[in-house]
Amino acid sequence: MIGHKHTDFTHPSHSSRLHHIWTGVIGDKLAIMVCAAFIFYCVVGMLAPLIAPYDVNSPDFVDLLNAEIAPYWISADERFLLGTDSQGRDLLSIILYGTRLSLTIGILAVAIQALIGICLGLISGYVGGRLDNFLMRFADVQLSFSTIMTAIVFLALFQTAFGINVYEDLAMFMLILVIGLAEWPLFARTVRASVLAEKQKEYVDAARIMGISKTRIMFRHILPNTLTPVLVIFTIQIANAIIAEAALSFLGLGMPSTDPSLGALISSGFRYLFSGAWWICVIPSVALIGLILVMNLLGDWLRDYLNPRTYKH
Amino acid sequence: MLRFLLRRFIQAIVVMVVISIISFSIQSQIGDPTQQLLSPTVNQSERDALRETLGLNDPVMVQYWHFLQGVAKGDFGVSYFHKEPALALILDKLPATLELIVCTLVIMILVATPCGVVAAIHPRSLFSRAVMLISSLGISVPIFIIAILMVYVFSIQMQLMPSFGRGETVHVFGSWETGLLSKDGLAHLALPVFSLSIAIMPIFIRLIRAEMLEVLESDYIRFAWSKGLSSARIYFIHALKNTALPIITIGGIQTGTLIAYTIFTESIFQWPGMGFLFIEAVGRADTPLISAYLIVVGCIFVLTNTVVDLIYGLANPTVKFESHTL
Amino acid sequence: MSLLTVKNLNVAFRLGKQELPALMDVSFSLDRGERIAFVGESGAGKSILGFSIVNLISKPGYIQSGSIKLNKKEIIGLNRRQMQEIRGKRIAMIFQDPMMTLNPVLTIGQQLVEAIKSHTNITYRDAKNIAIEKLLSVQIASPERRFNQYPHELSGGMRQRVIIAAILLLNPDVIIADEPTTALDVTIQAEILQLLLEICKKNDVALILISHDLGIVSKVAERTLVMYAGRIVEEGPTLELINDPQHPYTQGLLNALPQMALPGQRLNQIKGSMPSLADRPSGCAFHNRCPYAMEKCKDQQPEFIHSGISTVSCFMIEEMLEEERNAQEGLL
Repeated sequence: MIGHKHTDFTHPSHSSRLHHIWTGVIGDKLAIMVCAAFIFYCVVGMLAPLIAPYDVNSPDFVDLLNAEIAPYWISADERFLLGTDSQGRDLLSIILYGTRLSLTIGILAVAIQALIGICLGLISGYVGGRLDNFLMRFADVQLSFSTIMTAIVFLALFQTAFGINVYEDLAMFMLILVIGLAEWPLFARTVRASVLAEKQKEYVDAARIMGISKTRIMFRHILPNTLTPVLVIFTIQIANAIIAEAALSFLGLGMPSTDPSLGALISSGFRYLFSGAWWICVIPSVALIGLILVMNLLGDWLRDYLNPRTYKH
Repeated sequence: MLRFLLRRFIQAIVVMVVISIISFSIQSQIGDPTQQLLSPTVNQSERDALRETLGLNDPVMVQYWHFLQGVAKGDFGVSYFHKEPALALILDKLPATLELIVCTLVIMILVATPCGVVAAIHPRSLFSRAVMLISSLGISVPIFIIAILMVYVFSIQMQLMPSFGRGETVHVFGSWETGLLSKDGLAHLALPVFSLSIAIMPIFIRLIRAEMLEVLESDYIRFAWSKGLSSARIYFIHALKNTALPIITIGGIQTGTLIAYTIFTESIFQWPGMGFLFIEAVGRADTPLISAYLIVVGCIFVLTNTVVDLIYGLANPTVKFESHTL
Repeated sequence: MSLLTVKNLNVAFRLGKQELPALMDVSFSLDRGERIAFVGESGAGKSILGFSIVNLISKPGYIQSGSIKLNKKEIIGLNRRQMQEIRGKRIAMIFQDPMMTLNPVLTIGQQLVEAIKSHTNITYRDAKNIAIEKLLSVQIASPERRFNQYPHELSGGMRQRVIIAAILLLNPDVIIADEPTTALDVTIQAEILQLLLEICKKNDVALILISHDLGIVSKVAERTLVMYAGRIVEEGPTLELINDPQHPYTQGLLNALPQMALPGQRLNQIKGSMPSLADRPSGCAFHNRCPYAMEKCKDQQPEFIHSGISTVSCFMIEEMLEEERNAQEGLL
């Protein structure tokens, strides 16, 4: 009942207003399109072995006789819808498998980030004090080293240390691990902030007075209330992880070029760009940008949609 | 001020020690230098003799101490591939990379700031919407694809710009070679710098816009309006100065990303900078070169962060360098 | 002579295709040197009204219709430059939270001098002298030192003094003070209020006080206007209004004051809460919280009538007056 200027007429902020217009005009259509594209990519990823016209693992997948065939609409070669690369591999098949690989690495890496981040965030926020100080300081320092730089350095060292052959066997595991360890502070910070906010609320006090243990309060009572922002970060981080994987593979520090990775394919295609075989490079680039864009848009949409501050009618 | 510098200095030392340990372990633990330095026909006893003279049989701490002594004298070892001192190689390539970074930063500040500010002041205008749409898309395009696209469109299709190398360079200040003073050098600089700018700009435009929107809603801006100040003074003195603070912080954090991005740009445009040298060294397992690169990058990193902190402190009156409670 | 006249002011927020009315048919006038107050719960539209007068409503709010006249000159529809002339120089504002009102990255001096320099063509040295003189006039010790300090080096009360000094720089005709003491400690509240009152009296400045605190209002304002859901519901001389509130909402506000309750008694809250912008009830907006609500309150808006004590918009009062008049006529 006490008047406070800021609550005089809860009018929306600029951004939520823009969002409101956005949803009012094309928002819903956009959201539907983004979701459809997301599901499409997921299905493609999961069913890649079934729908790909060729098996990327079979030895006759590479056939130099078919090298650098242009896409169907140029070459009219019905065998290869999107053309072939310099080794005669079917681009469509590599892109399908590559999408599957990107999504797998993305999701697993972000799962590691989320797991570490949520646990440390919960502990940091709930325990507080010196531990909180230390963890957050550590998170700051880690964030100040750029993720991509850290990943490049570690993968480069790993490759030099163990040689290219050992590295190629472990590439996927290493990528997931490095990307996974790199950005946990994002989750930790968000979860910590929500925990600090939730901790003030009465139900936590009530639970504590009832003699419920700390861990139980954290996981059963506080955690569910922090999941909304975590979901948003999770989605956007998948986009970032996919970018990181492709970028590292492009530099030759990620997936080996024999594996169906979009980044590695773009890298090998770049060399043929000058000789006119643009499709080896351009088509997987488009597929990759599409995948990242879908994840980013999905994250943006989730953030706007789940944001309790957003004005709704 | 003294206390701030001291704290910064200690932090810098910690970072450098960590990097030096990493570099040391790369050099001493990874690969056997005797295999790199001697031909395979040399027999084992000569090999052992060399190990002894190189100090490879000493305890790790002693070896580390020798390594540090070498680093202090600027001796990072000799590149296996180039057969030249690693540090000299890296420093030789440093100007090329710094020119990329500085030009990118200048373009970014000149373009991103007005874009972000205008997008915040007139959020509904066509221009702001276009800017926001483009930067939303830009965030989803990885740096290497931007660079490839640049090459494809401007070099291969339109044949407007050269796509590799630095072009003609001019000597200034003794050993510093610059591409900024010749027409050819500038033409070569264009595509890599545009790629870097496009890659790094969307984050900043979105950030500046978001911060500016928040500041414009604040009471002190309303109070400034109610004093009857001109809009130019409100936007560029009252609002931008407050917006600058978080941007400076993020700018410091983005240093690492920018350096990482130069690796991509340099390897796509065959730009003879240290990033390109580094990625080649990784391919050749040239450990002295790798560790020299890490230490140079570490120095740049520590230096920029210190400078960023100083600027932040100067721009933000609530940060005090001199502490009254010493 | 009336200094400021507001007539049938309508302000709305535009959300997509919706128009949410925030102020409806607000009319009042203010004489030179007069002190009036707007009271009401949060959400009543008091602050919006304050910002509307200087055309600083936060977007997407805008003035739909009405007239605001300053010295008989219409100020709605003035262009940006003309409005700039009025802000600060003729009408000045004090905000709720002194901690947020001063720009943290500019010195006190910069923020004072810029106000003078943007309205007059004087040298920096002269502007600085005026600023220091005004700092002294709001009882700030060692103004020379304060001049070069940043806001964070000052306490809350001190900052509110600086803000008052800032608005006095150009000798405005009207000061709009939006909850000027809410964010301050109780002891400092009284000081600032006293200062504000003295300054208004000394310089013959008119004051529009926006507050939810009837205690403060009674000390400062000569006339009080009660607002509910974007409308003025009652207007009258402060003392009379407090002693004999007419509108059920004003009664509710007064009963809710802690001072009005007997020890041990529950506070008399008005049941329910202020309707939000989007769901304003039809008729008299207060009818769903009003203990005396009648059938017609639900769909008709009561007119303003003079009750002998105040001007009020309420059907209940209207009927009571009617009955009284009938009874008197019967007696005659």
